[in-house]
Amino acid sequence: MNATHRLQLRDICISLEGQTLVELDAEIGPGEVLTVMGPSGSGKSTLLAYLAGFLAPAFQARGRVLLDGRDISGLPAERRGIGLLFQDPLLFPHLSVAGNLRFGMPRAGANKTARVEQALGNIGLAGFGARDPATLSGGQKARVALMRLLLSAPCAVLLDEPFSKLDTHLRHEMRRLVFDRLHEAGLPSLLVTHDREDAEEAGGRVIELAH
Amino acid sequence: MATDHPRDEGSLMLRLAPVLIVILLVAPILAGLTMALLPAFGYLPALGGERLSLDPWRALFAEPGIWRSAAISLASGLLATAISLAVVLLFLAAASGSRLDRWIRRLVSPLLSIPHAAAAFGLAFLIAPSGLVARLASPGLTGWERPPDLLIVHDPWGLSLIAGLVIKEIPFLLLMSLAALPQLDTERRVAMARSLGYRPTLAWWKVVAPSLYPLIRLPVFAVIAYASSVVDVAMILGPTLPPTLAVSILTWFSDPDLETRFLASAGAILQLGVTATALMIWWALERLVARLMRGWVIRGGRRRGEASLHIAGKLWVVLVTVIAFAGIAGLAIHSVAGFWRFPDLLPTSATLAHWARALPALAGPIASTALVAVASTLIAAALALAALENEQRSGRHPSRALWLLYLPLIVPQIAFLFGLVVVMEQLGTRPTHALVTFGHLLFVLPYVFLSLSEAYRRFDPRWSRLALTLGASRNGAFWRVRLPMLLAPILTAVAVGLAVSIGQYLPTQLLAGGRVTTVTTEAVSLAAGNNRRVIGVWALVQACLPLVGFIIAIGLPKLLWSNRRGMQGAP
Repeated sequence: MNATHRLQLRDICISLEGQTLVELDAEIGPGEVLTVMGPSGSGKSTLLAYLAGFLAPAFQARGRVLLDGRDISGLPAERRGIGLLFQDPLLFPHLSVAGNLRFGMPRAGANKTARVEQALGNIGLAGFGARDPATLSGGQKARVALMRLLLSAPCAVLLDEPFSKLDTHLRHEMRRLVFDRLHEAGLPSLLVTHDREDAEEAGGRVIELAH
Repeated sequence: MATDHPRDEGSLMLRLAPVLIVILLVAPILAGLTMALLPAFGYLPALGGERLSLDPWRALFAEPGIWRSAAISLASGLLATAISLAVVLLFLAAASGSRLDRWIRRLVSPLLSIPHAAAAFGLAFLIAPSGLVARLASPGLTGWERPPDLLIVHDPWGLSLIAGLVIKEIPFLLLMSLAALPQLDTERRVAMARSLGYRPTLAWWKVVAPSLYPLIRLPVFAVIAYASSVVDVAMILGPTLPPTLAVSILTWFSDPDLETRFLASAGAILQLGVTATALMIWWALERLVARLMRGWVIRGGRRRGEASLHIAGKLWVVLVTVIAFAGIAGLAIHSVAGFWRFPDLLPTSATLAHWARALPALAGPIASTALVAVASTLIAAALALAALENEQRSGRHPSRALWLLYLPLIVPQIAFLFGLVVVMEQLGTRPTHALVTFGHLLFVLPYVFLSLSEAYRRFDPRWSRLALTLGASRNGAFWRVRLPMLLAPILTAVAVGLAVSIGQYLPTQLLAGGRVTTVTTEAVSLAAGNNRRVIGVWALVQACLPLVGFIIAIGLPKLLWSNRRGMQGAP
């Protein structure tokens, strides 16, 4: 897990009915985290939706999103190579823990079962593969969600306030785990949050959205 | 542009689905109405009608009792709707959150699944002069030693017809209301009003009812249209001399003398007018009630009437539920009754002879019923899923097209179905199971779509987004995430579709021309014969068939997800 990827956001401008919501020009190197902060309604989630490929048709967007030099702004979400971590762990309730991890793994990969086992051991959940995700604790779910993201081998990651719903004692632990793993994997990440502590622990540059 | 998704596999089919649905629903209705309108003015070259004339109308108005027929159709439609709506609203106001509320919510689906004909037979067996109610009260209360000579079923005023309709329309309106209520934040509204000193039932009437009604208005219109033009219930419970307009039209249409087709066509157009009139009268009543309500809501009465509204709300719904289930029990008793003297409440002996005699005749109609129901429901479910999936992917909400879904439910069946038969005859289409399936699809599709769209639109869009960011294709996200996670509501929609198809009388009867018989057409045709034991067998089979669908819809997800706690409740 040591690929080097680079995410470039060139002159991005998203507007709704002629009103500009977000303007951004930034570059995120391998293993770096860029934090975008702002109060609710400042266009953070719109920015994420745009980068991931889910912008509602009502919005207009200008600019280019380059991933490893390739313009991905015209690609559909599933072909962008951008992974997402949500506020909730969103483990698929109809799949087992292992099924959740396998869901995002590239189909051609060899030895999937062994890799899933290893990944579970990696996050302190060895032997949890057959479990119903609904029986996991909040912290365990969050770790599985992170591992599922990493196993899907994305080239960049978007973090949508992923720590806001965790208990205080878990929050610090999860932040460390997430940022360490993303750094280790050499993934450029964009974190959207309104929590200053998130930004501090992420360690990278911080951009504040006004409004 | 980020919204400019390249087309992926299968997207053309998805894009066609909404168009296909609209064509499937609208084209047959337009064609059918046209082919009722032309013969109504004497034009039907196939039968020698070459010139436009008013002869069919003269013949129609010369029919004895035609105005009475029309008036009874109009009145029974309006009254059945008004009573059903009143009972549903009274119940919701009085029982929200109570134990009765939970009970009724659990019973509403099975009640809705009972076909109209079976419910009507059940009621007839209860209230007939020799029915269970008369037996219960005799001879103790009534002094009757033999069944009195009273015309209760088929009464000339259509009262038992109205009662039969009410039993079936209450669960329908209740289900529609229960689907709409979550949007209204009922509990907080009522809590707010209670904190201002209003008693709970009055609070519901004043702060919830005015917002609920607009949400269930289309279903209410569908009930008016259905009740003013129903055929099978009217044949079982309605007046006979003269019958309701819709029954008369069917009689004329089935007449071997093809000349009466012109008469039937004029009748169909008159039926359209009767239903339209009923809708307009209702519309005027809506205005009136809205004005009266507005004054009442702000006048500030907080307590007066609470007790009576509360009691009425619980009493009526319990009464109707008991009658519906007692009716089904009555069917079961009749189907195994041996010797049964009049005032005896139960037969002196039980026998399986009626079942044994009916079994050989049951097999064919059951197979036809199942074939048509499964085929039409599967087509409807596939189309509805494709249209809803397309809606999700394109990010648009085609709310304007929604009223088109109600078109087959608001245009009276009899007005366009038999024009459709004329079209089919002209095209040389032979009556087959496929044609009947197509006819059922017109009514199954709206219900399947409405029942599915609710769950589909409520589904958290983040699940599909998550699947996509994990690299699944759009089709992959559908098959691997949305479909399995929505399995329970999809199966419920399928069960609803099956129930609607199983209960259809008129489309089968008209489009099959007697060549495809279902349990429903057979059961209704027994109505004239008055052999209660045979009717008991057939109507009970008819009532039980839809239950199979609901049992699967409830059982299969429980079985499949027994090890998945997150799938136990609805998503």
